[in-house]
Amino acid sequence: MPQKVAEYFEELEDIPGTRVFTAKRARKGYWLNQFCMSLMKHENRERWRADERAYLEDWPMTDEQKEALLARDYNRLLDLGGNVYYLAKVFSTDGLSFVDAVSTMTGMSVDDYKKMMMAGGRSPKGVRSIKEGN
Amino acid sequence: MAKITAGVATSHIPLIGVGVDQGKQDDPYFKPIFAGYDWTKEWIMKPENKPDVVIMVFNDHASAFDQNLIPTFAIGCADEFQPADEGWGPRPVPVVKNHADFAWHIAENLILDDFDMTIINKMDVDHGLTVPLSAVFGQPEEWPVKVIPLAVNVVTYPIPSGERCWKLGEAIARAVESFPEDLKVQVWGTGGMSHQLQGPRAGLINAEWDQKFLDDMTANPEHLPLIPHIEYLRETGSEGIEMVMWLVMRGALKGQVKELHRHYHVPASNTALGHIVLENGA
Repeated sequence: MPQKVAEYFEELEDIPGTRVFTAKRARKGYWLNQFCMSLMKHENRERWRADERAYLEDWPMTDEQKEALLARDYNRLLDLGGNVYYLAKVFSTDGLSFVDAVSTMTGMSVDDYKKMMMAGGRSPKGVRSIKEGN
Repeated sequence: MAKITAGVATSHIPLIGVGVDQGKQDDPYFKPIFAGYDWTKEWIMKPENKPDVVIMVFNDHASAFDQNLIPTFAIGCADEFQPADEGWGPRPVPVVKNHADFAWHIAENLILDDFDMTIINKMDVDHGLTVPLSAVFGQPEEWPVKVIPLAVNVVTYPIPSGERCWKLGEAIARAVESFPEDLKVQVWGTGGMSHQLQGPRAGLINAEWDQKFLDDMTANPEHLPLIPHIEYLRETGSEGIEMVMWLVMRGALKGQVKELHRHYHVPASNTALGHIVLENGA
């Protein structure tokens, strides 16, 4: 084994503004992510749109996860074990593109975020490591 | 005998698929995105270059696989694969046809070569697999090549190391060489380059790192499998990790590998688009 497992996972937590989708997060977010998958079916999207709160009753998620979903608080959902490819089923159902939805996690407006991308994106300078501050 | 003639890598950004499906190739935003594929489109359809089979290394984005089943390496062995409905209906693209005898041969050889492959017979394929085909082949009635899907988990950690991906590529090359049919084969690595789709750090792009990665495909390939996950994540964003799939492609090539074409453009949606065509050595 090239590296100690504990060190491997510790490093993954050392990136500013990033939640790497580790097995630990995946366990926490299992039902949240499986709920998201259900929105790949048209009839489920219709039920979700008709009454979001009622649709969530079918899913054994925590209240926190349900509230974060209703609020479309994507950073919170990442903290609660969500993964962006799963959460994409929620924002796609809302008619949002990846750029629209992703920008909401950055504290920037969609327009400012788009401008940043057109100008070459966010520099890695200063956001590589929490410990190193580089 | 089957022979790997070239390796191709390309991003599989969903927006490229949107551009093709909605005929936006001449739109000012899309023009520079598609211009970089013109060379490849012409090159790949010349009879001396056109592959019979593409081994497509890609990742599923919570389409065919959910949290119930997370195969590290999986190979599609069915005769065909339908485009997935990713939440807005399936893409209007042809069904992906496999060369199932060859796929099974590769699966058998990989397993006996100590790669514990998952075999898949039913799998809808998402943008990870269909966008590279659209970028290179446009909108044909049928895809002009057979495609063997090879899925890598790059979503739920831990994912396979760069070194493991490289060695899988080497094992694929051995498996291809032992197939008796005369076939021209290309291995495609998809995904990347730098991008982060989550959290306050979203939008990260590192053109300098990406360009060096492209350079090292020919200049310093032995360095590539040694890049640890944490470097991809820190330097190229959380989704930049997809570049380990390029290493399966590069690991399948040997000898003096020659760069034939390169395309790099920022942005396509949230992502740095990267594309390279490599001629296999002897």
